[in-house]
Amino acid sequence: MPVSDPSARVKPTCFQELILTLQEYWARQGCLILQPFDMEMGAGTFHTATTLRALGPKPWYAAYVQPSRRPTDGRYGDNPMRLQHYYQFQAILKPSPPDILERYLGSLEAIGIDTSLHDIRFVEDDWESPTLGAWGLGWEVWCDGSEVSQFTYFQQVGGIDVDLVSGEITYGLERLAMYLFDKKSIYELPFNRADSEVPLTYGDVFLQNEREQSTYNFEVADTDMLFRHFADAEKECGRLIAKKLPLPAYEQCIKASHCFNLLDARGVISVTERQSYILRVRELAKACCEAWLATQTAEAA
Amino acid sequence: MAELLLELLSEEIPARMQARAADDLKRLVSDGLKAAGLAFTDARAFATPRRLALVVDGLPTARADVSEERRGPRVGAPDQAVQGFLKGAGLASLDQAEKRDTGKGEFWFAVVRKTGGPTADALPGIIDAAMKALPWPKSMKWGSGTMTWVRPLQSIVALFDGKVLAGEVAPGGQMAPIKFGDSTRGHRFLSKGEIKVSGFADYAAKLEAAHVILDPAERRKIILAGAEKLCAEAQVSLRSDEALLDEVTGLVEWPVPMLGTIDGQFMDVPPEVLIVSMKTHLRHFVTTKKDGALASRFVVVANTVARDGGQTIVDGNERVLRARLSDAKFFWDQDRKQRLEERLPALKDIVFHAKLGTQAERVTRIEILADKIAPHVPGADSAQAILAAHLCKADLVSGMVGEFPELQGIIGRYYALGEKLPLAVADAIGDHYAPAGPNDRCPSAPVSIAVALADKLDALISFWAIGEKPTGSRDPFALRRAALGIIRIVVENRIRLPLRHFFKADDLMAFFAERLKVQMREKGVRHDVVDAVFALGDEDDLVRLLARVEAVQSFLGTEAGKNLLTAYGRAANIVRAEEKKDKALSARIAGAPDAALLEQSEEKAVAAALADIERLVKPALQREDFAGAMQAFAGLRGPIDSFFEKVTVNVGDKPDLRLNRLRLLNQIRATMDSVADFSKIEG
Repeated sequence: MPVSDPSARVKPTCFQELILTLQEYWARQGCLILQPFDMEMGAGTFHTATTLRALGPKPWYAAYVQPSRRPTDGRYGDNPMRLQHYYQFQAILKPSPPDILERYLGSLEAIGIDTSLHDIRFVEDDWESPTLGAWGLGWEVWCDGSEVSQFTYFQQVGGIDVDLVSGEITYGLERLAMYLFDKKSIYELPFNRADSEVPLTYGDVFLQNEREQSTYNFEVADTDMLFRHFADAEKECGRLIAKKLPLPAYEQCIKASHCFNLLDARGVISVTERQSYILRVRELAKACCEAWLATQTAEAA
Repeated sequence: MAELLLELLSEEIPARMQARAADDLKRLVSDGLKAAGLAFTDARAFATPRRLALVVDGLPTARADVSEERRGPRVGAPDQAVQGFLKGAGLASLDQAEKRDTGKGEFWFAVVRKTGGPTADALPGIIDAAMKALPWPKSMKWGSGTMTWVRPLQSIVALFDGKVLAGEVAPGGQMAPIKFGDSTRGHRFLSKGEIKVSGFADYAAKLEAAHVILDPAERRKIILAGAEKLCAEAQVSLRSDEALLDEVTGLVEWPVPMLGTIDGQFMDVPPEVLIVSMKTHLRHFVTTKKDGALASRFVVVANTVARDGGQTIVDGNERVLRARLSDAKFFWDQDRKQRLEERLPALKDIVFHAKLGTQAERVTRIEILADKIAPHVPGADSAQAILAAHLCKADLVSGMVGEFPELQGIIGRYYALGEKLPLAVADAIGDHYAPAGPNDRCPSAPVSIAVALADKLDALISFWAIGEKPTGSRDPFALRRAALGIIRIVVENRIRLPLRHFFKADDLMAFFAERLKVQMREKGVRHDVVDAVFALGDEDDLVRLLARVEAVQSFLGTEAGKNLLTAYGRAANIVRAEEKKDKALSARIAGAPDAALLEQSEEKAVAAALADIERLVKPALQREDFAGAMQAFAGLRGPIDSFFEKVTVNVGDKPDLRLNRLRLLNQIRATMDSVADFSKIEG
């Protein structure tokens, strides 16, 4: 329930307070506060806490920050709005409660968006992940024209119809912070409070990383090695599925997916090959999801 | 007489689906009422972003009992017939039926009694069936439920004659049923708590008090009037945009138009970029100055009354726009440091299609085609056409098109103008994708025409060559649109383009014929006439083809034309029937009849008329005076009618005479077929 909690922190003033506020808010909504998945992935959806937990008959409320990597989005730190490494905050509520939109709006209030001053809109936006074989319906949420979150009701994951529908809320943290703190560049965002002993900006923490990683992604990454790693991960994933180990198998699927993203950024995958790589990752994801679901229903039975 | 009020409250319904859903709800409930024998005077449906509502007026509060008699099979009929009768009448056995002598034998009769009773008892079933049948373009499950709706359904108001109907919808799973009730909710942010309603008038009034304008037509009016008032005050004009107005109407329950300002530093960025950012990305309305140029104000329609009068909302929207435009300006400034020519090498890295090579290779093909097409386009300078083709895809590798893909071509035009390339070349770069659809404008400048045709012809020829032809349901490379684009450009500009000079494939020509038929059908041109002209086989000039089609169609619309077509049919039928019997006949009856063998005055008259026509038609066809040619045919009608009245063709005892008469008939056919294959015309 979006009740005003006297213990709720005051409006966040920097990037890390935004994360802390969202964590506290969703913890009060009954979500587990999980930590990021410790592997490279393109979006918070890839975390097992979403992809796998969205399947099966067990209820699941969780929230977490996930560092997300999209190698092709790198701009060597030159573009003020685009990063190859950024953060998503994700909340997943399964089954979606009837008041999930009110709860979501409560989170906007918590981070300092006063709905009596702002214009909040739910604009149709259907979500689909070709590599995960997943889709859902929902909205982009706009605040005065700025996209502040994505909201999705999962219908299928790994090509499997879900038993219980998850409501998934994703906040693009950098974009949201730029809006909240009125900054024109990601790199100018205050990472901690301005009155901290050592006040630092997002750029202080990540600019060099963007430059080096963009160079790696676009110019240096060893493509032969990546092709090899993709093939190895694909093979290992299949082997682990056969051994009925869906969680380790899924990690290989994530690995293959990231190798593909890097190869894509290196421009060594043609348009037609691209589709076939996406399909190969999807096959892995599907097999992992099926194997995971089997463990869930076996447990329930 | 009583009123039914139904409201289905849900989470936010996509704007594009609302109007259709309201219509469907009205249709489905109305059909259900009619099927249940419930007459009514009026039904109206409404949609907002969160609700579908329906009010039906003038329903009876109860239905009378109805008894209906059904005649069954004859007594003693086979069991199958009896069972069918029992099932249809809802009887358990023949004990419930009665025998009656109808005078034509004894038959089984059933008396089916339909109990009427209160209308309120019938309505929940009708509502439930309508909800299940409502065809959302996309629908979903939520929570633990199994029911599907466009987004989670929250509550249902179902009132008949002021009283709540007994009914509910069960979403399934562990979820509580949604009971029919009399309470709803107002605006998401401007109204608190539930609202109890007693009927439609009360409902609409209470919603308005709770900041919801139920009727989309009214919201539309408020948006338009409000926007125009703001524009008038700011001395700018609102640029009309019906589609955007419809969409915004579906995004707000309480529309509040506000005026925002575009930061002056962005006003030198191409207006198309500003428009895409405002309209497509932010749903802002564009305004113009007196001279039609883009003004620096925009209208944003909020869905709320903010406590600061909307200043924060306007600031926020201006800020988002500024962020988008600073990106655009960054690219605009960066891109212009490099000439289009210098961008071309980068096209070698973009695969157009695995089997068709890169964009650079595509550009080379377009250049060659543009060079070949230009001589057919009056006023088109070949060198300019080649240059425009050479540069037409260069903007695909610019930062601006990377950010605003929908502006491909348009951006290239600006960069070409910036480089002081000839205006015709810049325009051709900007125009060469057009027309993008049936409502898009068609290029009309000569160089633009040449390059736009080359772009589309290359796509068709290339994909045809690798066997990627569109099928009934699949056309991933938009080849239908390409063919229609060529047709429009050629026809609207009256370009004499011999299509066969550019490709050999017969099925590609047939593809053009099909598209042309579709295109022309909307303009009232008969598809069979198009077929008749296409059947000539060598006609690949669409302008000439349509002139022929037009002449033939208008001739067929006259009395003379209709009669002549009948006569043609008779002549052709006789010849065809004889040809069937004798395979060698065709060769023997080709050519003109022998004048010496013409016996009766009627056949002489036809031969004379044909000779006249021959004299008139050939030059007319050469002049492309198809109406004139058809006019000449009108003179044939009288003699042919008399011929069929008086002359016997198949004279058994005089083979030479028969052959000569068949030759005469065959010549009628051949002469008429020089304009179009009249055998393709449907009676």
